[in-house]
Amino acid sequence: MQAMQHLFGIADLEPEQIEYLVNLGHSFIDINRRPLKKAPTLRGKTIINLFFENSTRTRTSFELAGKRLSADVINISASTSATKKGETLLDTGMTLAAMQPHVLVIRHSVAGTCEFLADYLDNTAIVNAGDGAHEHPTQILTDLLTLKQTWGSPKGKVITMVGDIAHSRVARSHLLAAKKLGYQMRVVAPKTLLPAEIERYGCEVYHDFDAALPGSDAVYMLRVQTERLTDNCCFPSIREYHEAYGLNRTRLKAAGEGALVLHPGPMNRGVEIATDVADSVHSHVLAQVEHGVAIRMAVLAALCGGHEQAHDEAARKRRTKRAMEEDAMQSKEGLWP
Amino acid sequence: MTDTILFDHATVSMALDQMASNIAAADVYLVGIHRGGAKVADALQQRIQADGHHIYRGNLDISFYRDDLDTIGPNPEVRPSELPFDISGKHIWLVDDVLYTGRTIRAAMDELFDYGRPASIRLAVLLDRGGRQLPIRADCHGFEHMAPANCSVDLHISTTNQWHIEQRQVK
Repeated sequence: MQAMQHLFGIADLEPEQIEYLVNLGHSFIDINRRPLKKAPTLRGKTIINLFFENSTRTRTSFELAGKRLSADVINISASTSATKKGETLLDTGMTLAAMQPHVLVIRHSVAGTCEFLADYLDNTAIVNAGDGAHEHPTQILTDLLTLKQTWGSPKGKVITMVGDIAHSRVARSHLLAAKKLGYQMRVVAPKTLLPAEIERYGCEVYHDFDAALPGSDAVYMLRVQTERLTDNCCFPSIREYHEAYGLNRTRLKAAGEGALVLHPGPMNRGVEIATDVADSVHSHVLAQVEHGVAIRMAVLAALCGGHEQAHDEAARKRRTKRAMEEDAMQSKEGLWP
Repeated sequence: MTDTILFDHATVSMALDQMASNIAAADVYLVGIHRGGAKVADALQQRIQADGHHIYRGNLDISFYRDDLDTIGPNPEVRPSELPFDISGKHIWLVDDVLYTGRTIRAAMDELFDYGRPASIRLAVLLDRGGRQLPIRADCHGFEHMAPANCSVDLHISTTNQWHIEQRQVK
Protein backbone atom coordinates (compact mmCIF):
# COMPACT_ATOMS: atom_id res chain seq x y z
CA MET A 1 0.00 0.00 0.00
CA GLN A 2 1.18 3.48 -0.86
CA ALA A 3 2.29 5.50 2.17
CA MET A 4 0.30 8.71 2.49
CA GLN A 5 1.94 12.09 2.45
CA HIS A 6 -1.17 14.25 2.53
CA LEU A 7 -4.88 13.70 2.91
CA PHE A 8 -6.64 15.87 0.34
CA GLY A 9 -9.77 13.88 -0.27
CA ILE A 10 -11.40 10.54 -0.87
CA ALA A 11 -10.69 10.97 -4.60
CA ASP A 12 -6.94 10.45 -3.99
CA LEU A 13 -7.31 7.36 -1.82
CA GLU A 14 -7.11 3.75 -2.93
CA PRO A 15 -9.83 1.48 -1.51
CA GLU A 16 -7.13 -0.27 0.57
CA GLN A 17 -6.01 3.05 2.02
CA ILE A 18 -9.59 3.87 3.04
CA GLU A 19 -9.93 0.49 4.73
CA TYR A 20 -6.55 0.91 6.39
CA LEU A 21 -7.52 4.27 7.90
CA VAL A 22 -10.90 2.98 9.04
CA ASN A 23 -9.31 -0.07 10.68
CA LEU A 24 -6.65 2.07 12.29
CA GLY A 25 -9.39 4.38 13.58
CA HIS A 26 -11.19 1.38 15.02
CA SER A 27 -8.20 0.52 17.15
CA PHE A 28 -7.98 4.09 18.45
CA ILE A 29 -11.57 4.11 19.78
CA ASP A 30 -10.38 2.32 22.88
CA ILE A 31 -7.89 5.03 23.91
CA ASN A 32 -10.73 7.56 24.01
CA ARG A 33 -12.70 5.39 26.43
CA ARG A 34 -9.95 4.78 28.94
CA PRO A 35 -9.71 6.69 32.20
CA LEU A 36 -6.30 7.95 31.09
CA LYS A 37 -6.82 9.15 27.53
CA LYS A 38 -3.26 9.48 26.34
CA ALA A 39 -0.86 7.41 24.24
CA PRO A 40 2.67 8.46 23.32
CA THR A 41 2.34 7.71 19.57
CA LEU A 42 2.90 11.27 18.30
CA ARG A 43 5.21 12.56 21.00
CA GLY A 44 7.37 15.36 19.65
CA LYS A 45 5.13 16.05 16.64
CA THR A 46 3.60 19.47 16.05
CA ILE A 47 0.17 19.87 14.52
CA ILE A 48 -1.34 23.20 13.46
CA ASN A 49 -5.08 23.49 12.92
CA LEU A 50 -5.67 26.32 10.48
CA PHE A 51 -9.38 27.04 10.22
CA PHE A 52 -10.66 29.73 7.87
CA GLU A 53 -14.26 28.61 8.37
CA ASN A 54 -16.14 28.30 11.64
CA SER A 55 -16.06 24.87 13.13
CA THR A 56 -16.55 23.48 16.59
CA ARG A 57 -16.66 19.74 16.25
CA THR A 58 -14.10 19.19 13.53
CA ARG A 59 -11.57 21.50 15.15
CA THR A 60 -12.13 20.09 18.64
CA SER A 61 -11.97 16.61 17.19
CA PHE A 62 -8.60 17.23 15.48
CA GLU A 63 -7.30 18.98 18.58
CA LEU A 64 -8.30 16.13 20.90
CA ALA A 65 -6.96 13.55 18.47
CA GLY A 66 -3.56 15.22 18.40
CA LYS A 67 -3.43 15.86 22.13
CA ARG A 68 -4.49 12.35 23.08
CA LEU A 69 -1.62 11.02 20.98
CA SER A 70 0.77 13.39 22.80
CA ALA A 71 1.37 15.77 19.88
CA ASP A 72 1.61 19.52 20.42
CA VAL A 73 -1.47 21.11 18.86
CA ILE A 74 -1.97 24.75 17.98
CA ASN A 75 -5.26 26.20 16.76
CA ILE A 76 -5.48 29.18 14.47
CA SER A 77 -8.80 30.54 13.30
CA ALA A 78 -9.27 33.10 10.57
CA SER A 79 -10.63 35.73 12.95
CA THR A 80 -7.40 35.78 14.96
CA SER A 81 -4.95 35.21 12.12
CA ALA A 82 -2.88 37.60 10.11
CA THR A 83 -5.34 37.06 7.25
CA LYS A 84 -7.33 39.80 8.94
CA LYS A 85 -4.36 42.09 8.45
CA GLY A 86 -4.27 41.36 4.74
CA GLU A 87 -1.85 38.44 4.52
CA THR A 88 -2.47 36.07 1.62
CA LEU A 89 -3.32 32.42 2.13
CA LEU A 90 0.00 31.40 0.62
CA ASP A 91 1.99 33.68 2.91
CA THR A 92 0.11 32.39 5.95
CA GLY A 93 0.81 28.83 4.83
CA MET A 94 4.48 29.44 4.18
CA THR A 95 4.92 31.32 7.46
CA LEU A 96 3.43 28.48 9.44
CA ALA A 97 5.39 25.88 7.48
CA ALA A 98 8.60 27.76 8.27
CA MET A 99 7.94 26.96 11.93
CA GLN A 100 8.39 23.30 10.98
CA PRO A 101 5.13 21.65 11.99
CA HIS A 102 4.64 18.03 10.93
CA VAL A 103 0.99 18.40 10.00
CA LEU A 104 -1.14 21.31 8.88
CA VAL A 105 -4.88 20.71 9.17
CA ILE A 106 -6.75 23.13 6.95
CA ARG A 107 -10.36 24.15 6.54
CA HIS A 108 -11.15 26.75 3.93
CA SER A 109 -14.22 27.85 2.00
CA VAL A 110 -12.45 27.49 -1.35
CA ALA A 111 -12.06 24.09 -3.00
CA GLY A 112 -8.52 22.95 -3.67
CA THR A 113 -6.89 25.05 -0.91
CA CYS A 114 -4.96 22.08 0.45
CA GLU A 115 -3.61 20.96 -2.93
CA PHE A 116 -2.66 24.56 -3.69
CA LEU A 117 -0.65 24.94 -0.47
CA ALA A 118 0.92 21.49 -0.78
CA ASP A 119 2.58 22.62 -3.99
CA TYR A 120 4.54 25.22 -2.06
CA LEU A 121 5.10 23.66 1.35
CA ASP A 122 7.70 20.93 1.62
CA ASN A 123 8.01 18.58 4.57
CA THR A 124 4.59 19.44 5.90
CA ALA A 125 1.77 16.92 5.69
CA ILE A 126 -1.53 18.59 4.87
CA VAL A 127 -4.93 17.32 5.97
CA ASN A 128 -8.08 18.60 4.37
CA ALA A 129 -10.65 19.34 7.08
CA GLY A 130 -13.17 20.57 4.52
CA ASP A 131 -12.60 22.77 1.48
CA GLY A 132 -15.61 24.52 -0.01
CA ALA A 133 -18.04 22.12 -1.62
CA HIS A 134 -15.14 19.90 -2.64
CA GLU A 135 -14.20 17.23 -0.07
CA HIS A 136 -14.31 16.44 3.63
CA PRO A 137 -12.45 13.12 3.84
CA THR A 138 -12.23 12.69 7.61
CA GLN A 139 -16.03 12.96 7.91
CA ILE A 140 -16.50 10.13 5.41
CA LEU A 141 -13.91 7.96 7.16
CA THR A 142 -15.76 8.67 10.41
CA ASP A 143 -19.07 7.59 8.88
CA LEU A 144 -17.48 4.44 7.47
CA LEU A 145 -16.13 3.57 10.92
CA THR A 146 -19.60 4.11 12.43
CA LEU A 147 -21.19 1.92 9.75
CA LYS A 148 -18.49 -0.71 10.18
CA GLN A 149 -19.56 -1.15 13.81
CA THR A 150 -23.04 -2.22 12.69
CA TRP A 151 -22.51 -3.63 9.24
CA GLY A 152 -18.98 -4.95 9.14
CA SER A 153 -18.52 -4.01 5.50
CA PRO A 154 -20.49 -1.32 3.64
CA LYS A 155 -20.40 -3.38 0.43
CA GLY A 156 -23.83 -3.67 -1.18
CA LYS A 157 -25.56 -1.44 1.39
CA VAL A 158 -27.80 1.45 0.43
CA ILE A 159 -27.30 4.88 1.97
CA THR A 160 -29.99 7.45 1.32
CA MET A 161 -28.65 10.97 1.63
CA VAL A 162 -31.12 13.79 1.98
CA GLY A 163 -30.76 17.54 1.87
CA ASP A 164 -28.56 20.19 0.40
CA ILE A 165 -26.49 17.95 -1.87
CA ALA A 166 -25.29 20.83 -4.04
CA HIS A 167 -23.40 22.67 -1.30
CA SER A 168 -22.30 19.58 0.58
CA ARG A 169 -18.69 18.41 0.54
CA VAL A 170 -19.81 15.48 2.69
CA ALA A 171 -22.19 14.38 -0.08
CA ARG A 172 -19.52 14.65 -2.74
CA SER A 173 -16.93 12.73 -0.74
CA HIS A 174 -19.48 10.02 0.04
CA LEU A 175 -20.38 9.61 -3.63
CA LEU A 176 -16.69 9.11 -4.41
CA ALA A 177 -16.24 6.65 -1.53
CA ALA A 178 -19.35 4.70 -2.56
CA LYS A 179 -17.84 3.97 -5.97
CA LYS A 180 -14.56 2.83 -4.42
CA LEU A 181 -16.05 0.65 -1.70
CA GLY A 182 -19.09 -0.67 -3.53
CA TYR A 183 -22.05 0.75 -1.65
CA GLN A 184 -25.02 2.43 -3.29
CA MET A 185 -25.93 6.06 -2.71
CA ARG A 186 -29.40 7.49 -3.18
CA VAL A 187 -29.57 11.25 -3.13
CA VAL A 188 -32.82 12.96 -2.27
CA ALA A 189 -33.38 16.68 -2.69
CA PRO A 190 -35.50 19.21 -4.52
CA LYS A 191 -33.98 20.08 -7.88
CA THR A 192 -32.82 23.42 -6.52
CA LEU A 193 -30.49 21.63 -4.08
CA LEU A 194 -29.01 19.14 -6.56
CA PRO A 195 -26.05 19.90 -8.78
CA ALA A 196 -26.37 19.35 -12.51
CA GLU A 197 -25.55 15.90 -13.88
CA ILE A 198 -25.22 14.31 -10.47
CA GLU A 199 -26.03 10.94 -12.09
CA ARG A 200 -22.44 10.89 -13.27
CA TYR A 201 -21.43 9.82 -9.79
CA GLY A 202 -23.39 6.59 -10.20
CA CYS A 203 -26.05 7.40 -7.63
CA GLU A 204 -29.81 7.07 -7.77
CA VAL A 205 -31.57 10.44 -7.78
CA TYR A 206 -34.93 11.05 -6.09
CA HIS A 207 -36.99 14.15 -5.59
CA ASP A 208 -39.55 12.32 -3.45
CA PHE A 209 -38.18 11.30 -0.04
CA ASP A 210 -40.88 8.67 0.56
CA ALA A 211 -40.07 6.87 -2.70
CA ALA A 212 -36.39 6.60 -1.74
CA LEU A 213 -36.94 5.13 1.72
CA PRO A 214 -37.83 1.45 1.13
CA GLY A 215 -34.67 -0.63 1.04
CA SER A 216 -32.45 2.00 2.64
CA ASP A 217 -29.93 0.60 5.12
CA ALA A 218 -29.05 4.05 6.40
CA VAL A 219 -30.61 7.48 6.13
CA TYR A 220 -28.05 10.25 6.07
CA MET A 221 -29.51 13.68 6.77
CA LEU A 222 -27.59 16.79 5.74
CA ARG A 223 -27.92 20.09 7.51
CA VAL A 224 -29.99 22.70 5.75
CA GLN A 225 -27.53 25.53 5.56
CA THR A 226 -30.17 28.13 6.35
CA GLU A 227 -27.61 30.91 6.42
CA ARG A 228 -26.89 30.29 2.75
CA LEU A 229 -30.33 29.42 1.49
CA THR A 230 -33.04 31.76 2.74
CA ASP A 231 -32.40 34.48 0.19
CA ASN A 232 -31.64 31.99 -2.58
CA CYS A 233 -35.21 30.73 -2.90
CA CYS A 234 -34.15 27.06 -3.01
CA PHE A 235 -37.32 26.09 -1.18
CA PRO A 236 -40.34 28.11 -0.06
CA SER A 237 -40.12 27.74 3.73
CA ILE A 238 -38.48 25.76 6.49
CA ARG A 239 -41.86 24.24 7.38
CA GLU A 240 -42.49 23.09 3.88
CA TYR A 241 -38.98 21.65 3.66
CA HIS A 242 -39.56 19.70 6.86
CA GLU A 243 -42.82 18.33 5.50
CA ALA A 244 -41.23 17.15 2.26
CA TYR A 245 -37.63 16.31 3.23
CA GLY A 246 -37.49 16.12 7.02
CA LEU A 247 -36.91 12.76 8.68
CA ASN A 248 -39.74 11.93 11.07
CA ARG A 249 -40.87 8.76 12.81
CA THR A 250 -43.21 7.68 10.00
CA ARG A 251 -40.48 7.96 7.41
CA LEU A 252 -38.01 6.18 9.63
CA LYS A 253 -40.47 3.26 9.89
CA ALA A 254 -40.79 3.18 6.11
CA ALA A 255 -37.04 2.78 5.81
CA GLY A 256 -37.18 -0.42 7.84
CA GLU A 257 -36.43 -1.67 11.34
CA GLY A 258 -32.65 -1.79 11.10
CA ALA A 259 -32.10 1.53 9.33
CA LEU A 260 -29.43 3.75 10.83
CA VAL A 261 -29.78 7.50 11.07
CA LEU A 262 -26.66 9.54 10.43
CA HIS A 263 -26.00 13.28 10.43
CA PRO A 264 -22.67 15.07 10.14
CA GLY A 265 -23.86 17.78 12.52
CA PRO A 266 -24.72 20.32 13.63
CA MET A 267 -28.37 19.20 13.56
CA ASN A 268 -31.25 21.58 12.99
CA ARG A 269 -34.00 19.89 14.95
CA GLY A 270 -37.39 20.38 13.35
CA VAL A 271 -35.83 21.24 9.98
CA GLU A 272 -34.13 18.21 8.42
CA ILE A 273 -34.66 15.92 11.37
CA ALA A 274 -37.47 15.62 13.93
CA THR A 275 -36.42 15.70 17.57
CA ASP A 276 -37.76 12.25 18.46
CA VAL A 277 -35.84 10.69 15.54
CA ALA A 278 -32.65 12.51 16.50
CA ASP A 279 -32.91 11.04 20.00
CA SER A 280 -34.07 7.55 18.94
CA VAL A 281 -32.03 4.36 19.18
CA HIS A 282 -31.64 4.45 15.40
CA SER A 283 -29.65 7.64 15.62
CA HIS A 284 -25.89 7.15 15.44
CA VAL A 285 -25.11 10.86 15.48
CA LEU A 286 -23.20 10.81 18.75
CA ALA A 287 -21.35 7.65 17.73
CA GLN A 288 -20.23 9.58 14.66
CA VAL A 289 -18.84 12.31 16.87
CA GLU A 290 -17.00 9.80 19.05
CA HIS A 291 -15.56 7.96 16.07
CA GLY A 292 -14.50 11.28 14.56
CA VAL A 293 -11.81 11.65 17.20
CA ALA A 294 -10.56 8.09 16.61
CA ILE A 295 -10.43 8.59 12.84
CA ARG A 296 -8.52 11.84 13.15
CA MET A 297 -6.05 10.08 15.43
CA ALA A 298 -5.62 7.46 12.71
CA VAL A 299 -5.11 10.07 10.00
CA LEU A 300 -2.54 11.99 12.05
CA ALA A 301 -0.68 8.80 12.97
CA ALA A 302 -0.69 7.58 9.37
CA LEU A 303 0.71 10.89 8.10
CA CYS A 304 3.35 11.21 10.81
CA GLY A 305 4.58 7.64 10.61
CA GLY A 306 6.54 5.67 8.07
CA HIS A 307 8.32 8.67 6.59
CA GLU A 308 11.60 6.92 6.03
CA GLN A 309 9.97 5.01 3.22
CA ALA A 310 10.66 6.67 -0.09
CA HIS A 311 7.72 8.64 -1.39
CA ASP A 312 6.87 8.04 -4.97
CA GLU A 313 5.89 11.48 -6.20
CA ALA A 314 4.34 10.21 -9.40
CA ALA A 315 2.03 7.89 -7.52
CA ARG A 316 0.35 10.82 -5.82
CA LYS A 317 -1.68 11.33 -8.98
CA ARG A 318 -1.81 15.07 -8.55
CA ARG A 319 -3.85 17.20 -10.88
CA THR A 320 -2.38 20.29 -12.43
CA LYS A 321 -2.75 23.62 -10.69
CA ARG A 322 -4.76 24.89 -13.62
CA ALA A 323 -7.34 22.12 -13.25
CA MET A 324 -7.63 22.79 -9.56
CA GLU A 325 -8.09 26.51 -10.09
CA GLU A 326 -10.94 25.74 -12.44
CA ASP A 327 -12.44 23.43 -9.85
CA ALA A 328 -12.15 26.14 -7.25
CA MET A 329 -13.89 28.67 -9.47
CA GLN A 330 -16.71 26.26 -10.21
CA SER A 331 -17.12 25.40 -6.58
CA LYS A 332 -17.53 29.07 -5.73
CA GLU A 333 -20.44 29.13 -8.11
CA GLY A 334 -21.96 26.11 -6.44
CA LEU A 335 -21.04 23.77 -9.27
CA TRP A 336 -19.01 20.62 -9.06
CA PRO A 337 -16.00 19.69 -11.08
CA MET B 1 19.59 -19.99 4.22
CA THR B 2 19.17 -21.96 7.36
CA ASP B 3 15.61 -22.44 8.50
CA THR B 4 15.44 -24.63 11.55
CA ILE B 5 12.51 -25.85 13.56
CA LEU B 6 13.80 -25.31 17.08
CA PHE B 7 10.84 -26.80 18.96
CA ASP B 8 8.00 -28.92 17.60
CA HIS B 9 4.38 -29.13 18.70
CA ALA B 10 4.84 -31.72 21.43
CA THR B 11 7.78 -29.88 23.01
CA VAL B 12 5.95 -26.53 22.91
CA SER B 13 2.91 -28.17 24.44
CA MET B 14 4.96 -29.56 27.33
CA ALA B 15 6.58 -26.16 27.89
CA LEU B 16 3.14 -24.52 28.05
CA ASP B 17 2.04 -27.10 30.65
CA GLN B 18 5.09 -26.26 32.73
CA MET B 19 4.50 -22.50 32.41
CA ALA B 20 0.83 -22.91 33.37
CA SER B 21 1.75 -24.77 36.54
CA ASN B 22 4.26 -22.03 37.44
CA ILE B 23 1.70 -19.26 36.92
CA ALA B 24 -1.35 -20.94 38.49
CA ALA B 25 -2.76 -19.15 41.54
CA ALA B 26 -6.19 -18.42 43.03
CA ASP B 27 -6.84 -15.43 40.73
CA VAL B 28 -4.69 -15.00 37.65
CA TYR B 29 -4.63 -11.82 35.58
CA LEU B 30 -3.22 -12.73 32.16
CA VAL B 31 -2.54 -9.97 29.65
CA GLY B 32 -1.35 -11.15 26.23
CA ILE B 33 0.48 -8.94 23.75
CA HIS B 34 -1.00 -9.08 20.23
CA ARG B 35 -0.66 -11.22 18.28
CA GLY B 36 1.59 -14.08 19.35
CA GLY B 37 1.38 -13.28 23.05
CA ALA B 38 -2.42 -13.37 22.92
CA LYS B 39 -2.26 -16.90 21.48
CA VAL B 40 0.14 -18.02 24.19
CA ALA B 41 -2.08 -16.41 26.84
CA ASP B 42 -5.08 -18.29 25.41
CA ALA B 43 -3.20 -21.57 25.64
CA LEU B 44 -2.12 -20.83 29.22
CA GLN B 45 -5.66 -19.83 30.12
CA GLN B 46 -7.04 -23.18 28.92
CA ARG B 47 -4.47 -25.09 30.94
CA ILE B 48 -4.86 -23.04 34.12
CA GLN B 49 -8.67 -23.07 33.92
CA ALA B 50 -8.60 -26.86 33.60
CA ASP B 51 -7.15 -26.86 37.12
CA GLY B 52 -10.14 -24.85 38.38
CA HIS B 53 -8.48 -21.47 38.84
CA HIS B 54 -10.17 -18.20 37.96
CA ILE B 55 -8.63 -16.33 35.05
CA TYR B 56 -9.00 -12.68 34.07
CA ARG B 57 -7.90 -12.24 30.46
CA GLY B 58 -6.92 -9.13 28.57
CA ASN B 59 -4.96 -8.30 25.44
CA LEU B 60 -2.80 -5.34 24.54
CA ASP B 61 -1.84 -4.01 21.16
CA ILE B 62 1.27 -1.98 21.74
CA SER B 63 1.52 -0.47 18.24
CA PHE B 64 0.75 3.04 19.50
CA TYR B 65 3.44 2.76 22.16
CA ARG B 66 6.28 1.63 19.95
CA ASP B 67 9.40 3.79 19.66
CA ASP B 68 9.79 3.25 15.91
CA LEU B 69 6.70 4.97 14.43
CA ASP B 70 8.95 7.23 12.36
CA THR B 71 10.57 4.34 10.57
CA ILE B 72 7.79 1.82 10.07
CA GLY B 73 4.55 3.82 10.37
CA PRO B 74 1.45 2.60 12.17
CA ASN B 75 0.79 -1.11 12.00
CA PRO B 76 -2.06 -1.79 9.56
CA GLU B 77 -3.34 -4.71 11.61
CA VAL B 78 -3.77 -2.99 14.92
CA ARG B 79 -6.38 -4.60 17.11
CA PRO B 80 -8.03 -2.70 19.94
CA SER B 81 -6.55 -3.38 23.33
CA GLU B 82 -9.08 -5.06 25.60
CA LEU B 83 -8.68 -5.02 29.34
CA PRO B 84 -12.10 -5.99 30.72
CA PHE B 85 -11.01 -5.66 34.34
CA ASP B 86 -9.53 -2.91 36.51
CA ILE B 87 -5.81 -3.58 36.76
CA SER B 88 -5.24 -1.27 39.74
CA GLY B 89 -3.77 -3.17 42.69
CA LYS B 90 -3.67 -6.46 40.75
CA HIS B 91 -0.74 -8.79 40.14
CA ILE B 92 -0.53 -8.87 36.37
CA TRP B 93 1.13 -11.49 34.20
CA LEU B 94 2.24 -10.03 30.89
CA VAL B 95 2.45 -12.77 28.24
CA ASP B 96 4.40 -12.74 24.97
CA ASP B 97 5.61 -15.41 22.57
CA VAL B 98 9.25 -14.48 21.95
CA LEU B 99 11.34 -12.18 24.16
CA TYR B 100 14.11 -10.43 22.23
CA THR B 101 15.23 -6.80 22.67
CA GLY B 102 12.74 -6.04 25.45
CA ARG B 103 11.35 -2.99 23.64
CA THR B 104 7.93 -4.57 23.13
CA ILE B 105 7.73 -5.32 26.85
CA ARG B 106 8.70 -1.77 27.75
CA ALA B 107 5.95 -0.47 25.44
CA ALA B 108 3.46 -2.93 26.95
CA MET B 109 4.32 -1.76 30.47
CA ASP B 110 3.86 1.86 29.38
CA GLU B 111 0.43 0.99 28.02
CA LEU B 112 -0.55 -0.98 31.15
CA PHE B 113 0.22 2.04 33.32
CA ASP B 114 -2.16 4.11 31.20
CA TYR B 115 -4.95 1.81 32.38
CA GLY B 116 -4.13 1.96 36.08
CA ARG B 117 -1.52 1.14 38.70
CA PRO B 118 -0.99 -2.60 39.01
CA ALA B 119 0.45 -4.01 42.26
CA SER B 120 3.05 -5.85 40.20
CA ILE B 121 3.80 -6.90 36.64
CA ARG B 122 5.49 -10.19 35.87
CA LEU B 123 6.53 -11.46 32.50
CA ALA B 124 5.89 -14.88 31.00
CA VAL B 125 7.32 -15.73 27.57
CA LEU B 126 7.29 -18.93 25.59
CA LEU B 127 10.83 -18.40 24.34
CA ASP B 128 13.67 -16.18 25.51
CA ARG B 129 16.03 -15.77 22.54
CA GLY B 130 18.56 -13.46 24.23
CA GLY B 131 19.78 -10.20 22.67
CA ARG B 132 18.23 -7.84 25.20
CA GLN B 133 18.70 -4.09 24.74
CA LEU B 134 16.89 -3.11 27.94
CA PRO B 135 17.11 -4.30 31.55
CA ILE B 136 14.14 -6.67 31.26
CA ARG B 137 13.95 -10.38 32.06
CA ALA B 138 11.23 -13.03 32.03
CA ASP B 139 9.88 -14.33 35.34
CA CYS B 140 8.67 -17.46 33.64
CA HIS B 141 9.75 -18.89 30.31
CA GLY B 142 9.15 -22.05 28.34
CA PHE B 143 12.49 -22.19 26.55
CA GLU B 144 15.78 -20.37 26.49
CA HIS B 145 17.64 -20.32 23.19
CA MET B 146 20.45 -17.92 22.32
CA ALA B 147 19.69 -17.06 18.69
CA PRO B 148 22.23 -15.14 16.57
CA ALA B 149 21.34 -11.52 15.78
CA ASN B 150 20.94 -12.22 12.05
CA CYS B 151 18.11 -14.67 12.67
CA SER B 152 14.42 -14.18 13.33
CA VAL B 153 12.74 -16.56 15.74
CA ASP B 154 8.99 -16.89 15.43
CA LEU B 155 6.13 -18.88 16.83
CA HIS B 156 4.08 -20.46 14.04
CA ILE B 157 0.58 -21.77 14.54
CA SER B 158 -0.82 -23.77 11.66
CA THR B 159 -4.47 -23.83 10.65
CA THR B 160 -4.75 -27.22 12.33
CA ASN B 161 -3.45 -25.64 15.57
CA GLN B 162 0.00 -27.25 15.36
CA TRP B 163 2.52 -25.03 17.14
CA HIS B 164 6.20 -24.86 16.41
CA ILE B 165 9.03 -22.37 16.88
CA GLU B 166 11.17 -21.67 13.86
CA GLN B 167 14.51 -19.94 13.44
CA ARG B 168 15.17 -18.29 10.11
CA GLN B 169 18.23 -16.51 8.82
CA VAL B 170 17.23 -13.04 7.54
CA LYS B 171 20.51 -11.36 6.59
